[in-house]
Amino acid sequence: MLTLKCPYCGVQAEETELHAGGEAHLTRFGPDSSDDDFETYLFTRENPKGVHFERWRHSHGCGKWFHAARCTMTLEVFGTYPAQTTEPPQDIRDAITAKRPGWTWREFS
Amino acid sequence: MSMRLPTGGRLTDRSYRMEFTFNGKRMTGYAGDTLASALLANDQLLMGRSFKYHRPRGPVASGAEEPNALVNLGKGDRFEPNQRATTTELFNGLTATSQNHWPSLEADIGALNTHLSRVLPAGFYYKMFMYPRAFWKHVYEPFIRQSAGLGKAPDAESRDADSYEHFYHFTDVLVVGGGVAGLMAAKTAAQSGAKVLLLEQSAHWGGRAPVDGGTIGGQSPEDWTDATLAELQAMPNVTLRSRTMGAGVYDHGYALGYERLTDHAPEAPGPRHRLWRIRAKQIVTATGAIERPLSFAGNDIPGVMLASAMRDYLVNWGVSIGDRTVVVTNNDDAYRTAIALKKAGLDVPAIIDARSYGGGALMAEARAMGIRVEQGRGVAKVLGGKRVTGVAVCNQLGEGAVLDEIACDAVAMSGGWSPVVHLWSHCGGKLDWDEAGAFFRPRAGAAPTDADGKPFVSVAGAADGHMTLAGLLQDAAETGAAAATAAGFDAAQTVAPEAEEVAEKPLEPVWLMPQGARYDLRMKAWLDYQNDVKVSDVQLAAREGYESVEHTKRYTTLGMATDQGKLSNINGLATLSNALGESIPQVGTTTFRPPYTPISMGAIAGEAHGALFQPVRQTPIHAWHEENGAHWEPVGQWRRPYCYPKGEEDHAQAVIREVKAVRQSLGLLDASTLGKIIVKGPDAGRFLDMLYTNMMSTLKPGKCRYGLMCSENGFLIDDGVVARIDEDTFLCHTTTGGAESIHAHMEEWLQTEWWDWQVYTANVTEQFAQIAVVGPKARMLLEKLGGMNVSKEALPFMAWKDGTLGGFPVRVYRISFSGELSYEIATPAGHGRALWDLLCARGAEWNITPYGTEALHVLRAEKGFIMIGDETDGTVIPQDLGLNWAISKKKVDYLGKRAQAWPHMTDPARWKLVGLLTEDSSVLPEGAYAVADGTNANGQRNTQGRVTSTYFSPTLGRGIAMGLVLNGPDRMGEVIEFTHIEGFTVPARIVDPVFYDPEGEKQNV
Amino acid sequence: MTRYSAFAIAREALRDHAGWDRAWRRATPKKRYDVVIVGAGGHGLATAYYLGKNFGITNVAVLEKGWLGGGNTGRNTTIIRSNYLQDPSAAIYEKARSLYETMSQDLNYNVMFSPRGVMMLAQTEHEVRGYKRTAHANSLQGVTTEFISPKRVKQLVPIMNIDGPRYPVLGALWQARGGTARHDAVAWGYARACSAMGMDIIQKCEVTGVMSEGGRVSGVATTQGDIACDKLGMVVAGHSGALAEMAGFRIPIESVALQALVSEPIKPCMDVVVMANTVHGYMSQSDKGEMVIGGGTDAFNNYTQRGSFHHIEETVRALVETFPMISRLKMLRQWGGIVDVTGDRSPILSRTPLEGCFINCGWGTGGFKAIPGSGWGFAELMARGHSPLTDAFSLDRFREGRFIDESVAAGVAH
Repeated sequence: MLTLKCPYCGVQAEETELHAGGEAHLTRFGPDSSDDDFETYLFTRENPKGVHFERWRHSHGCGKWFHAARCTMTLEVFGTYPAQTTEPPQDIRDAITAKRPGWTWREFS
Repeated sequence: MSMRLPTGGRLTDRSYRMEFTFNGKRMTGYAGDTLASALLANDQLLMGRSFKYHRPRGPVASGAEEPNALVNLGKGDRFEPNQRATTTELFNGLTATSQNHWPSLEADIGALNTHLSRVLPAGFYYKMFMYPRAFWKHVYEPFIRQSAGLGKAPDAESRDADSYEHFYHFTDVLVVGGGVAGLMAAKTAAQSGAKVLLLEQSAHWGGRAPVDGGTIGGQSPEDWTDATLAELQAMPNVTLRSRTMGAGVYDHGYALGYERLTDHAPEAPGPRHRLWRIRAKQIVTATGAIERPLSFAGNDIPGVMLASAMRDYLVNWGVSIGDRTVVVTNNDDAYRTAIALKKAGLDVPAIIDARSYGGGALMAEARAMGIRVEQGRGVAKVLGGKRVTGVAVCNQLGEGAVLDEIACDAVAMSGGWSPVVHLWSHCGGKLDWDEAGAFFRPRAGAAPTDADGKPFVSVAGAADGHMTLAGLLQDAAETGAAAATAAGFDAAQTVAPEAEEVAEKPLEPVWLMPQGARYDLRMKAWLDYQNDVKVSDVQLAAREGYESVEHTKRYTTLGMATDQGKLSNINGLATLSNALGESIPQVGTTTFRPPYTPISMGAIAGEAHGALFQPVRQTPIHAWHEENGAHWEPVGQWRRPYCYPKGEEDHAQAVIREVKAVRQSLGLLDASTLGKIIVKGPDAGRFLDMLYTNMMSTLKPGKCRYGLMCSENGFLIDDGVVARIDEDTFLCHTTTGGAESIHAHMEEWLQTEWWDWQVYTANVTEQFAQIAVVGPKARMLLEKLGGMNVSKEALPFMAWKDGTLGGFPVRVYRISFSGELSYEIATPAGHGRALWDLLCARGAEWNITPYGTEALHVLRAEKGFIMIGDETDGTVIPQDLGLNWAISKKKVDYLGKRAQAWPHMTDPARWKLVGLLTEDSSVLPEGAYAVADGTNANGQRNTQGRVTSTYFSPTLGRGIAMGLVLNGPDRMGEVIEFTHIEGFTVPARIVDPVFYDPEGEKQNV
Repeated sequence: MTRYSAFAIAREALRDHAGWDRAWRRATPKKRYDVVIVGAGGHGLATAYYLGKNFGITNVAVLEKGWLGGGNTGRNTTIIRSNYLQDPSAAIYEKARSLYETMSQDLNYNVMFSPRGVMMLAQTEHEVRGYKRTAHANSLQGVTTEFISPKRVKQLVPIMNIDGPRYPVLGALWQARGGTARHDAVAWGYARACSAMGMDIIQKCEVTGVMSEGGRVSGVATTQGDIACDKLGMVVAGHSGALAEMAGFRIPIESVALQALVSEPIKPCMDVVVMANTVHGYMSQSDKGEMVIGGGTDAFNNYTQRGSFHHIEETVRALVETFPMISRLKMLRQWGGIVDVTGDRSPILSRTPLEGCFINCGWGTGGFKAIPGSGWGFAELMARGHSPLTDAFSLDRFREGRFIDESVAAGVAH
């Protein structure tokens, strides 16, 4: 029964008021993209055991999409941040490094 | 015999007698009794039968860990199987019956199994019942099922007479367990100012301490409990709940409480159970410890009981189990039982202590009272059948040669104590094996962690392995304070009150009695009483290679009974580890899973059942439909009228009448459930161009356009008419089921992909009632209402206009899903019903006919219009449906465009939409497939198409259908065969899907 | 291998059951095998069994990092059915179901396959149409199903409330030869049979690396040393992503928690398996008497084998609504498993970019029922390079848009 802090309205929201939206920081590939890129965009997922970046919507709250950095093994939440970004912000990455030195996720560390 | 003693019973009120029945026999007890104590007071030791061998069973414990004393409780709509008699508070009029026997508790045919137990060892059913093959389903399984199971199933038509509710609670510190440790922890936590919730599963506070004795701060444990409780009650930041079990601990500080409000008073008003959904910053579990049985032959015979339980029955309820009780132990605590029995005037012929070194001060006290103590001895076996008649004594270190037989009618046993670590473990807390105490205890520094990665569960008192009164109070005081500190409060370092009790000598772990017991003794030494798992079974499992503790558990069913192994797990683990020659911690434990003890399904479901199961969404016109006999169809959370049967009409006849009325004169449809989403902003057109397959940005204000939406996978997900309100504003209609999901879909793309686009969306579905006025007389009706010009010139097909009709503010869309002249009229929701009523009244002269969803479907099918969910199923792309005209060739991009270029999507062999007409005018079966010649590599018949919609068309007077067919549009006129569920096939001709008014003249008049 | 029979039990009873062999040998890894299967769950063990039985390949090791059958094989709700809509699904699940019919005799281990019938309730008009369609499809696929009336539903399941105020029962898709089996026994029975064929089942042996030479698999590194092999089969469900990464490729899998629960045991009251997809819940009664209940998955990645309680609430609410008499029964135990879900929610049985390496995963919430069919097909794929049972489930379908979507007929697939 997760709780995540919505970075927009500041509410410590419970899982039942949130909608999980899968992996974060996907790059959309449209017409004329390569088969590889398009398959990666739609289907290939990190699915890590450990640090993960994922999308959530505060659907029964302010309605905003945001991102969370979370450990899939312990459910520890390292931080949440607005969805309007293409990569995890530095302060979130620092917070993860403080707790999980040496972490990597895609090209980020 | 078991009986009520003349005096005693700190929990019973002898001034208040209560009547109850057991197996139809009338009995009496006292207020404060449990069902178990009252039955024992009536010499009803035999309470049930075991699961596998149907062995006679009496209670072995006095609380939640009880595996044996399970009864059917209550009658009719209040009937409940598998109630633990030890935790069932007695009430006047209680009716209980025993379980799992036939024909009676005393004479159970199933008890034959006990004589067959040699051929029914662990896992026997994996090795037999295989031949002949059909016998499993028809002979063996029904027999096994009938003899398995425990309580009676409630009647099929019973409807729970009680109600249940859910309760939310947020707290800084949750303390589970209202014994002295829990009270102490709650107190130190609360003194910091933290908000504290303290739960106690039973009706009484103080736990075991009042029975076990000693002093706390110079007071008796009972007095200290009362005083501390009073202090806590006076603190505004403390909430106390008895009869409320901490059922489970979940991630991020979530915990479940299970409050039994009226189980002890069934006639009381209000809900029966309340499920507490708790969020706590810190959770302290002060759940105590449970005594372990000893494994000796015959340890399951009624009359053999945990020493602490026997003490409980004596002290709490003034009940003795027998006149002559032999105490068997490997520790000092059981001596307390012997001493208490002796003081109550009962006979204790012997204490058999497995320790060669014997006990400490308590042993000396017992001896001083004249009780014989045998050191280094064990029980070879218990004598007796349905109750104890004696014990055979042997050397603990031997193989079971009998030294002496002692006549007795009860045996009190103690194998030591195990901390209750369930709640600690539910969410990942780790355990350590404590060699000295021979138990698992929570591992320091390995607590479950919360959202911040910090520990959020701590353990206080005996649950943490502190087995002395002084030790557990100090631990609890510190744990409570630490929990408050961790929750952000400033807890002062608290010192627990001084506690005194008799010092004890260490226990000696005894996992089998005697140590070298022969097979015939081991196969009578029970580990799991309810599931009939014995020492020999676990040893067999180990020998056959079921070496993992999980294998052994599953192979033998050890610990899988309704007590979930509270008494059996440690003894079973020790037996397994001895069999494997490994240490107990190497073997490890099985996983602890919620709930701590079983909780009612009713409580989990809460209030949401029957009409409240899910909310019903109602249009502003809903009441009219109800008043006029609508037959409802659930559509998402809405209910829509399927049709409005009149008089003797059946549904099919009603639909025919409704369709004809629309085609010939005038129909009326409540279309309010259709999704209405406003999309507004300078980039609204650009945004809709991405969402829809066709071009929306070129739509002129005042006009409407039909559009298709696809997922990024290319599949068609929704359709509807888009109206451009002004340069910056569009109103998108969606399907009824799509309103919320399409709105969410829009928001997702806007917020997470195109966040720099200036667009806002608003779902205004419920802000407007929408009424379709449909049929050749539609315009005449609106003109009769007056207020705006609805002529073809002023309001042409696929245009919209604001105005008034009959005095109501309206927006009128000239769109048609039926092929007829049609106006969809939106008005603010508050006017919906009045406008509907006015339309009905004024339309009477044209016999205006409200129609439902089924007529709507037939009307659209006659026109060959697709329906999301019928022609589409999540695997269909617009190109399959001949909708290429609605897919822009000019646009660089739209959602789904890339996927529609996948090889499989452009494959010419994709099935395409066509119309289908049977040769004999019949209606094609729903869901039928078109067969093709031959079979595929897996032997499945090849197919070449399927029916997507099929109806009787009142307009054409015959069956019509739409379907997806291989190369369908190129095969017009060809006849193909469709499956019929009776086994034959139905021929149908491939035709154009537009069956009615192919030129589209009717809608455009 | 001692043959199991009533006679053997009687014989052993006379000698205190001292003569029973180990069900499977304790094995230490050899240096090299023809085939290494990673994962001793049902699917992995079944694959090994059919490699031996159908193709004579017995120089096989099955590696298991924990204990055999300890993953989802021992955590599911044991439903067996094959009433799937799409041809490839119906083929592999029906193959599995038919193999379950004779599994106890084939393995000489009673897996208690109980063809008591499975029904899927239709509670909306949309579901009625979907299940009628499935019945038509099944009639061409060799799967025996029928769409039955509410009256028949009530006859088969007297404890059901078919007139609930919110979602009355409009009919059901009925597969009379669907049912349940004893899940642990399936793993144990296959393990015993594999061991008897001379295969090594090596528990507590975790794979830490995949070795290759020239684009072809050559072995695995494990916590019990390196093991060489010609062919490698990965059958590790939720851990597939991590293992695939060791082999240098990625797969479209996400791991999420799925939960189940049981009630306390009661006397027989329900003889069929009921699935209700509109309200999200399914229930059967085990031979032991427990009501076995399953629900939906969490929507976020999770490896904790714990799910969120609100799913339990939703499921129980649905079932109390459908079977009101369970209101006064009690939940005895809830648990979670980690299921591996693919992009189209259908499994992957496929070659991989690494020559000689094959993968079988993505069974999501529906793996148990498929075990024998999956093992049969995957063994054929590994032995011959292709199998009609598995061809449609290849990895390349995700780059061709050739999905196998079962949600079409009825939402979730359990």
